[in-house]
Amino acid sequence: MNKTPILELRGITKQFPGVLANDNIDLTLYQGEIHALLGENGAGKSTLMNILYGLYEPTRGEILVDGKRLALGSPSDAIAAGIGMVHQHFMLVPPFTVTENVILGNEETGAAGRLNTRTAAKQITEISQRYNLEVDPYAIVGDLPVGVQQRVEIIKLLYRNADILIFDEPTAVLTPQEADELVAIMRELVAQGKSIIFITHKLREVLEVADRITVIRRGRMIGSTTPAEADQNKLAEMMVGRAVHLELDKGKATPGETVLAVENLTVNNELAQTAVDDVSFVLREGEVLGLAGVQGNGQTELVEAITGLRRVVRGTITVAGQKATNQSPRKITEMGTAHIPEDRQKHGLVLSYGIDDNLILNTYYQAPFSRAGQRQAQAIQQNAEVLVEKFDVRTPNATAAASTLSGGNQQKVIIARELNRPIKLLIANQPTRGVDVGSIEFIHSQILAQRQAGTAVLLASTELDEILQLSDRIAVMYSGKIMAIVDANKTSKEALGLLMAGVSE
Amino acid sequence: MERPNKLQSIAIPLIAVLMALLIGAVIILISGSNPLAAYGALLEGAFGSAKGIARTLEKSTPLIFSGLAVAFAFKAGLFNIGGQGQLLFGALVAGIIGYAVSLPALLHIPLAVLGGCVAGGLYAGLSGWLKTQFGAHEVITTIMLNFIASNITDYVADGPLKDEGIIARLPQIQDSAVLPAIGPVPTGFLLAIVVVFITAWLLDKTTVGYEIQTVGKNPNAAKYAGMKVARTVVLTMFISGLLAGMGGAIETQGVVGRFQPGFNAGLGFEGITIAMLAKTNPYGVIPAALLVGAMQSGASQMQFDAKVAPEIIDVVLGLMLFLVSADMIIRRLIRARGDDDSQPRLSSGWGN
Repeated sequence: MNKTPILELRGITKQFPGVLANDNIDLTLYQGEIHALLGENGAGKSTLMNILYGLYEPTRGEILVDGKRLALGSPSDAIAAGIGMVHQHFMLVPPFTVTENVILGNEETGAAGRLNTRTAAKQITEISQRYNLEVDPYAIVGDLPVGVQQRVEIIKLLYRNADILIFDEPTAVLTPQEADELVAIMRELVAQGKSIIFITHKLREVLEVADRITVIRRGRMIGSTTPAEADQNKLAEMMVGRAVHLELDKGKATPGETVLAVENLTVNNELAQTAVDDVSFVLREGEVLGLAGVQGNGQTELVEAITGLRRVVRGTITVAGQKATNQSPRKITEMGTAHIPEDRQKHGLVLSYGIDDNLILNTYYQAPFSRAGQRQAQAIQQNAEVLVEKFDVRTPNATAAASTLSGGNQQKVIIARELNRPIKLLIANQPTRGVDVGSIEFIHSQILAQRQAGTAVLLASTELDEILQLSDRIAVMYSGKIMAIVDANKTSKEALGLLMAGVSE
Repeated sequence: MERPNKLQSIAIPLIAVLMALLIGAVIILISGSNPLAAYGALLEGAFGSAKGIARTLEKSTPLIFSGLAVAFAFKAGLFNIGGQGQLLFGALVAGIIGYAVSLPALLHIPLAVLGGCVAGGLYAGLSGWLKTQFGAHEVITTIMLNFIASNITDYVADGPLKDEGIIARLPQIQDSAVLPAIGPVPTGFLLAIVVVFITAWLLDKTTVGYEIQTVGKNPNAAKYAGMKVARTVVLTMFISGLLAGMGGAIETQGVVGRFQPGFNAGLGFEGITIAMLAKTNPYGVIPAALLVGAMQSGASQMQFDAKVAPEIIDVVLGLMLFLVSADMIIRRLIRARGDDDSQPRLSSGWGN
């Protein structure tokens, strides 16, 4: 490896009102290396990268590119210095072709302002051949699979001659196979002299691809290491600041009576297209059924149909022996269903309410929280104090607004609310998305405790590791259908990955 | 249920009022009069005598109701601009019951008030229903229904129920329907205060109020929690219209003594200014309405003593509304940070 620093961040400090987001961070990126930046949500990774990209101006510190000082707080200077970023959410225009997307922002025009796409398309073909980034320059971006769209993002940066590439959580939206391809692409890029900063919270990936690893926690640099020196447990400990149990001993499942039965279920999405296509499965007491799949293959719609938030077109849903097809969310809740929603801020919480009011969101009308239509302030407060303690919600007090909590603590509020009543069915959709490692540990143990207590658990997640750790059986969804339901002990990540990509044996 | 920074949520409207008065003073100065004399006369006219105070309270009464109507709808994320139309129907129905029915006062007064309430409530409920059924935005429908209300009530006053004589108005209400005054304090004003407390109680202490506020702050979470969002929207609009209609009824029964078009002009619209000044807090509506009422009440004295055109009051009121709505201006001045959450937030928009 070539040992010339191409990028140096020196003493970067960013003070937001009330929060020290970055505290004296040093980071050196050598030419031709993949440098992983590891940290929990809210550790300050994004702030640091936004400073590098010129979107924020740091309170103190300097940035050197090729030994020259970079003007701070100016995205155009950052781009000119060869810094480019592949965002987690792609910045592409779906109805445009690959070429049109790539040149967007620096279009070459001929006489009378006519767009000249032919030379650009030729350049794109050259780039894609050189770096092994297979893509048709004339394809419409909206028609391309997610993995290929990501390649278009990368080509966009290369077209602009970026030498320092920042990848922000790039594997979050990919199947395991696509993630492997991305890793190969990243290796190819560094082999040809590019340098990469790889932001992630997935420990396994870091160990797989990074040359060096820098861990930050609460805005501070905790340390640098290499995959040779570290393992998952050590990295997790650096991220969280204490020992974390990544492996769970879940014990044998003892499935009982059927709690949830879904038969020939068909559900539409907002555009009246079929999102769930003739799906059937059963879920029994005391077992966890994992619902795996790449995001957007009908898992959201399936969960919403079961919980009464979305209309069922055809088929039936039975919860604990009662008809739940097209029933109101309240009826379904009263049948003994708990729902940890996919988007905690959209559905799960009222952010401006205090923790106390969020903890009664779906029981507010029942005793002891309501008597004769009047709110019982004392009962509401007591309930909050007990649950904050029991579910370890980190907050100064039980009346603090939910918006003041971290993602992990917000999720704990929802889990406290949903698990603290007698339930027969738990539907958890992405229960640990955007949550710190410490909270993940807690949430997983709570889900397994429910399974032990005889609750039937449907766990939808795009994180295969999570699915494999918690599930007894795994249903894989692809394009609205369940490809297969497999025994969690008798499958592998690779086999699931193929099913997630729609390949069945 | 919400815990904004209390000091800050009071400071912003207060500074807005002071700044508006200051800018008003500059305008008075430019127009060639003495602003101190003008404001002095305004104060004198509004509070200088028992008669002045009575007039101020009388002017404030319908403003409390229309301000409360707007503030209440805001809690569910709804912008009810139709207070004017709802108030007109309330005034009309109370006027009809007031003259056409004969009952003892103990029954007649509440019956007429109730009639006005129901009329205003149903009229606003219609907008709520249109929103939930067809996704018609309540801002549009309430504005349009204002025009319809003003034309229908004009027609009734000039047509089928017209009083004898040439003026387009309904006959005078019977004595048994008149809301009396207690000394200088109109009964209607006391009623308004009571209604403010009931509204605040409804919002903060009942499960229905919790539903309304949840729908206003996060309709998706409300649906997830099993609340009936559409029903809550219609109910909120009904109650909002009921408050506006009650203001109209009390104006008919306590001030005008009959339904007569033109006497209620603008009262519904002032409600928007008042709700904003109050930061949609029910209790805040009382001082906000008193302020606006006092300015209207003292305006003629100001014109008399200081030779300042009474229209300056409208300018100052407009400035207040502007400064309170665009509160970033004041936040910059006092370096207040962030969002205090009491700023009205409208629901995501068209339909649900």
